[in-house]
Amino acid sequence: MPKRKAKKTGMKAVKKEKLKFAFYWAASCGGCEIAVLDIDEKILDVVEAADILFWPVALDFKYKDVEAMPDGHIDVCFFNGAIRTEEQEHIAKLLRKKSKVMVAFGSCACMGGIPGLANLADREEVFQRAYLESPSTENPSGVVPKTYVKVREGELRLPEFYDTVKTLAQTVDVDYYLPGCPPTPELILQAVEAIVKGELPPKGSILLPQRSVCDDCPRNETKPEKLSISEVKRPYEADLDPEKCFLVQGVICLGPATRGGCGARCPSGNMPCTGCQGPCPNEIDQGAAMISALSSILGVEQEKEEGYDPERLVSQVVDPVGTFYMYSLPASILRRSVMRK
Amino acid sequence: MSKVVTIDPITRLEGHGKISIFLDEKGNVENAYLQIPELRGFERFCEGRRAELMPQITSRICGVCPVAHHMCSTKALDAAFGVDPPSAAKKLRELMYCGYMIYDHTLHFFYLGGPDFVVGPEAPPGERNILGVIKKAGLEVAKEVIKHRAYGQKITAMLGGKATHPVSGLPGGIAKSLSEDERKEIEKMAKSSVEFSKLALKLFDDIVLKNEKYVELIKSDAYTLKTYYMGLVDENNKLNFYDGKVRVVGPDGKEFVKFHASQYLDVIGEHVEEWTYVKFTYLKKVGWKGLVGGPDSGIYRVGPLGRLNAADGMATPLAQQEYEKMYEMLGGRPVHSTLAFHWARLIELLYASERAVELVQDDEITSKDIRNPVGAPGEGVGVIEAARGTLYHHYKLTEDGMIKKANLIVATTNNAASICISVREAAKALISGGRVSDGLLNMVEMAFRAYDPCYACATHFAIGKMPLEVKIYDHEKNLLKTITRP
Repeated sequence: MPKRKAKKTGMKAVKKEKLKFAFYWAASCGGCEIAVLDIDEKILDVVEAADILFWPVALDFKYKDVEAMPDGHIDVCFFNGAIRTEEQEHIAKLLRKKSKVMVAFGSCACMGGIPGLANLADREEVFQRAYLESPSTENPSGVVPKTYVKVREGELRLPEFYDTVKTLAQTVDVDYYLPGCPPTPELILQAVEAIVKGELPPKGSILLPQRSVCDDCPRNETKPEKLSISEVKRPYEADLDPEKCFLVQGVICLGPATRGGCGARCPSGNMPCTGCQGPCPNEIDQGAAMISALSSILGVEQEKEEGYDPERLVSQVVDPVGTFYMYSLPASILRRSVMRK
Repeated sequence: MSKVVTIDPITRLEGHGKISIFLDEKGNVENAYLQIPELRGFERFCEGRRAELMPQITSRICGVCPVAHHMCSTKALDAAFGVDPPSAAKKLRELMYCGYMIYDHTLHFFYLGGPDFVVGPEAPPGERNILGVIKKAGLEVAKEVIKHRAYGQKITAMLGGKATHPVSGLPGGIAKSLSEDERKEIEKMAKSSVEFSKLALKLFDDIVLKNEKYVELIKSDAYTLKTYYMGLVDENNKLNFYDGKVRVVGPDGKEFVKFHASQYLDVIGEHVEEWTYVKFTYLKKVGWKGLVGGPDSGIYRVGPLGRLNAADGMATPLAQQEYEKMYEMLGGRPVHSTLAFHWARLIELLYASERAVELVQDDEITSKDIRNPVGAPGEGVGVIEAARGTLYHHYKLTEDGMIKKANLIVATTNNAASICISVREAAKALISGGRVSDGLLNMVEMAFRAYDPCYACATHFAIGKMPLEVKIYDHEKNLLKTITRP
């Protein structure tokens, strides 16, 4: 991608051959699409800098149009959502082949995201709960959806639903990552700007600043050099001082183990960080990093002093998987629960 | 010769919705199936999580309407922990909710479903999008649209931490209070939204209601479906988004049942079919009779028209005037025209804006008394009106405050059966003797888009149009004809 002079928005005066972008979503909620819309009028700058070849949410397209493209025809594909069905896997592979650069966009594509918590169950358990056990469901004959059904008038097909949620990188080769649930409009614009200017970092980079959420957070000033707490509180049990570090208040906050750049939006809503932007620079496993940080805060490594019982504190940390891997279970060293079959 | 007509994808992308229309030997529509090929299994993986994370976890069910799940979940936790939030907290929650409604209804009317109507059902599909709306309504209007969608998001973010996937809901109240500076800013945005809503209604009046052909279309049989209707109402049976009792009226408009959220299992059942991942809800007392409307079928509709039909009126003065005007023009309550969803949506936009002004001017709104201590964890049901309809969250907690069981009935699920019927009726009107009119695509789109279905909620984004392809096969599955969008 040729370099060029940046104007005010950084994207206006693009070179003659426009870039070709594609957007796609798999197992996700649509929030990443709304985040793109939330760049508001700047979407017009993006459209000026790049042709959007494929954006199901916004533009007409057909699979066969993509199939007909030469390999590498798309310059950059922004792919959001995790991989849960055969159809999502198929389109991820197709888009990888047709794209020079593949960006995992949002926490689900990068790490599995909240839908990745479904790796604590398998398909049968998910179906069981949704179609058979739910108290509002009346299903005496035990009907569950099938991938192939013969109805009176003919036959119908549904894509297969997998047991395990996978990240995009577990499915295809990924060049860049932009985690966030959803990524902020500012970070999206920075990433697009870097692409347009041809100033992308080395392959495999996470397109976020080299810092933690604590570095973004105004409450960080209230965090002492050596932090230790005597009780773990859950947010609904605590008073939640709007200016004090959550960890000082005894409330678990994933800020120290989470990559920053978001502007600490959740703490601005007076709630702790839950970790949506994934591990800090040079960390691989976000949950393990947070557990390590927390064990020093809880004094687990210290000698037991009189009246101080770290085991009691640790027992106050409930649902460690859901707490420390809320967005990153499929990408973590844990990946999923043991399958019984 | 039997044929199958497949419209795949019906939404913004292949795989998120598919319509198959089966023709009988005479070439008339025998049946139509709308399939939803997605399931993410939230109910299962919520089990074992910390209860207080539910408002944030369930928000990820939908990134277009995250505030609805966040708030419904918070209300379910209030009930499960046996706590009544302070009145200032309830007002802050409702104010945040009004911000969400302003954003979501604006998004739908101007970006997603509304272009069908504003630009015109017969306009080329390439023009039936936000750019077409700008062309027809003018650049000044377009600027207002962009501004007020962003205002809605901003109000939500100021109270919720962030707009997409807010964080401030807690059992017993809300985590963040409102400063006087923030209050003033929201007041300005809310007042501006009232003017914007009036502008949107005037636009609807000028472009749609003054055009006899459009009015005829609204009233036509192809878009008429007689069902029960459901929505939240306050103590005066006026429409409410945030709280109250759920009221159901029959196809005749008479009250069928009014119930507290905790009784929802007595009223609503869910039916499972093998051919789609979505479940179909129905009124248990009437029963599941298949995909048919009328008083003997338990199918009901939710969303803007469902709410207006289920309520005796609007709780704010300007919205009440518009409510009266709609029923006067369309022959009294209830209105069964599917396309009237669009009109009802704009009346609700006005109500949300007026209500936001009331709340932001309330003396209590900047109070710091925004949390009450929770009681022992138990079981609770929360209900709220999402933009697309009534939403239920039902949790059973362990004594440690963890999720033991969760059950969710999502807004679009309530409408799933009706959407299938509306699509089938539109197909019937357009297909006869094996001839498939090219207008089929437009008509079918309009039928289901009126509901603003969540699995298609992003269909018409920005410069968008919906990709559609109809495939016609003979009985041996040989492709006879393919109709695609120009």
